[in-house]
Amino acid sequence: MSHPTRDELNARAEANLAEIGDGGSALKPKARLAIPSQDMPAQAPEIRRANTSEVATGYTEAQALLEAQRCLRCKKQPCIKGCPVAIDIRDFVTAIAQGDFQAAVNTIKLSSLLPAICGRVCPQETQCQAECTVGKSLKDPLKSVAIGRLERFVADWERERGTISVPEVKPPTGKKVGVVGSGPAGLVVAADVRREGHEVTVFEAFHKFGGVMLYGIPEFRLPKEIVRKEVETLEAMGVEMIPNFVVGRTRKLMDLMEKDGYDALFVGTGAGLPKFMNIEGEELVGVFSANEYLTRANLMRAYEKGKAATPIANSRKVAVFGGGNVAMDSARTALRLGAEEVHLIYRRTEKEMPARVEEVEHAKEEGVQFHILQNAKRILGDEHGLVTSIECLRYELGEPDASGRRRPLEIKGSEFEFEVDTVIVAIGNSSNPLIKQTTPALETTDWGTLVADDDGLTSVPRVFAGGDIVLGAATVILAMGQGRRAAAAINKLLAEE
Amino acid sequence: MASREENGRLPVAGRDPTAMGTRVHLARSFVANRKNRNMMERTHTILAKRQLSENVFSLRVNAPLIAAEREAGQFILLSIDGEFGERIPLTIADADPDEGSITLIFQRVGMTTMKLAEMNVGDALAVLVGPLGLPTHIENFGTVVCVGGGIGVAPMHPIVQALKAAGNKIITIIGARNQELMVLEDEMRAMSDELIVCTDDGSYGRKALVTEPLKEICERDPKPNLVVAIGPPIMMKFCAETTRPYEVHTMVSLNTIMVDGTGMCGGCRVTVGGKAKFVCVDGPEFDGHLVDFDGMMKRLRGYQAQERQAVADYEAHRCNLDAAYREAADKE
Repeated sequence: MSHPTRDELNARAEANLAEIGDGGSALKPKARLAIPSQDMPAQAPEIRRANTSEVATGYTEAQALLEAQRCLRCKKQPCIKGCPVAIDIRDFVTAIAQGDFQAAVNTIKLSSLLPAICGRVCPQETQCQAECTVGKSLKDPLKSVAIGRLERFVADWERERGTISVPEVKPPTGKKVGVVGSGPAGLVVAADVRREGHEVTVFEAFHKFGGVMLYGIPEFRLPKEIVRKEVETLEAMGVEMIPNFVVGRTRKLMDLMEKDGYDALFVGTGAGLPKFMNIEGEELVGVFSANEYLTRANLMRAYEKGKAATPIANSRKVAVFGGGNVAMDSARTALRLGAEEVHLIYRRTEKEMPARVEEVEHAKEEGVQFHILQNAKRILGDEHGLVTSIECLRYELGEPDASGRRRPLEIKGSEFEFEVDTVIVAIGNSSNPLIKQTTPALETTDWGTLVADDDGLTSVPRVFAGGDIVLGAATVILAMGQGRRAAAAINKLLAEE
Repeated sequence: MASREENGRLPVAGRDPTAMGTRVHLARSFVANRKNRNMMERTHTILAKRQLSENVFSLRVNAPLIAAEREAGQFILLSIDGEFGERIPLTIADADPDEGSITLIFQRVGMTTMKLAEMNVGDALAVLVGPLGLPTHIENFGTVVCVGGGIGVAPMHPIVQALKAAGNKIITIIGARNQELMVLEDEMRAMSDELIVCTDDGSYGRKALVTEPLKEICERDPKPNLVVAIGPPIMMKFCAETTRPYEVHTMVSLNTIMVDGTGMCGGCRVTVGGKAKFVCVDGPEFDGHLVDFDGMMKRLRGYQAQERQAVADYEAHRCNLDAAYREAADKE
């Protein structure tokens, strides 16, 4: 498959831009629809599968200018409805088309605090881009305006120029807010609450900040430098960041309020309790949760062999169970760690995969072998307890189930076995039990998530929650959206006192 | 705010508190409420170091929050390098909330513990997080037999303390391969109503495996109400097998491979009663009669090859260093 280089993509975009000339703002809808959608420049697959640098290298300026011209500036702005935090998409895209990147960033930041991150990891094709009129007119949602790529472009533009400004902090109010967890929800709450002049402390269980953006999402999809930058900005705003602090254990949640004087708390501890398949052989050596595999590789730096003290399996043949982003991340990490073969096993079809389309494409380009309509039945091992193979079953799709996806049905007698030495289970997470274990007053659902109202208020006064600990396993942008609502409610509560 | 300001805050000498931002305010509230000046002192400095045997060391480490919160049976995770270090779980052998310190006892077995043994008083641990895991369920059970094997006596120590304080009659069995490897004998003797010491080679105390006296005690009338066994997996397995016919409830404390220690990675999972349990959040203590020790021992060996290689590399590196030093010294 031909893989156009960044220079080639840029040259094409520049040529197209030259054709449009100065008439960009006066283009008729038909002319806008005729502009070719801009592909994301990326490292060539055969090169990137041997390194951990970011795969997608980002639009060039010409590409961004051209892609922004594809937007029809619809009056109804359907895209905004698709955005969990209602970014004023038309305005920021128009600003890009006019070459005013700072205005574009400023517009985004009114609604989203982490554009460089969301531009990279949001599932845009099921959110804003699913509603885009351009995609609908061209009868291909993948041909929608590349809103996420444009968001990333301007966020990167600002960061690379070093012009990220530290948000203004109002005079001290004397109130204190504790944030439990430094993932996307926690970071957003910290920023929004600190801006109002309240003191903010972020407590993180790990030794580094960023939660899933650090331990989960790999470097090749979200460079850690970007997450670090966001944390630095918070520190510059005067937010106290405390690592190695497990709220509930190092200090009881209620003690923070009752003894340490916190006026409100936000719990954003995430969905960290990996699900397993509950099949035979999952206790074998060589079977990992995706959380463990990715944490060893990312946070503990096991991909830097020779430097990192944390070991990771030396795998030759890997099977990954699941079809989400985490499954793609695990499969592609295994390739980068030197696996010869990586097999992704998913019991529905590619259409039903919850992963971002771009991640699926990238995984395939890199050589991950997709086994759709298959599911593992058991894992087999040798006398030392080491994984030797898996036994799978074939599936077919039946009627749609409660989730609207067609239910996979097993084909009786279709068992077959193939050789692997490593299995990574990436079928999702349940909610982490630690806060619940140590804070009995917090009401939980049957699934173990915290009960919270629209503002994120839990069953305990002054304790708010958001992100995956409320939603179950969801996305960075949804966690961020919840964080923003909870922060607004906390600010309101503290202002009224 | 006024009430907090008046709440016995200690002034920070020579610094304008307002210029310090949130850091000072936070420290203040902990200081005010815990009556302990170094409560929020998060530098985990080694306050004392003792070598208990050739490969067993004891470190007393500054950790005021952990010292205040920890209960018997809980553990910590530590790392000696915040960038490339590995996180290893160690049980808390003792704590002094007044001093704000905890005591860790560890055996030099892998790369991290080798390096840890080389650290000295005044050095600081890069990462120390805890207390983790569910605390031991403590009540007055009656007679409790506490079996500690090798380094397992260290985690047993706070459990015996708590059981004794709850009014239990304590019969302690401590065992080691030889006398040299016996730790905390005096401490255990002081807390026990009866202490039985055994070594595999008979170099000290009774020449026996811990399961021998355990079986004899189970045959007493009345039989003990509870057995707590902590030590190498194989020892815990055979303790559980010893007590099973007598139907004496037997609790074991497991130490498996962990990364985060908060339930996130699942690397510590072990099969208990046919179900996967996470040692870090469901344990570390389980009913020994339900634990799949064979499966657990296999999982513990999961990284053995890499660990051996790392240790070999490290030792080679040290030998080279030693050789270089000797060479340099010879030249002088």
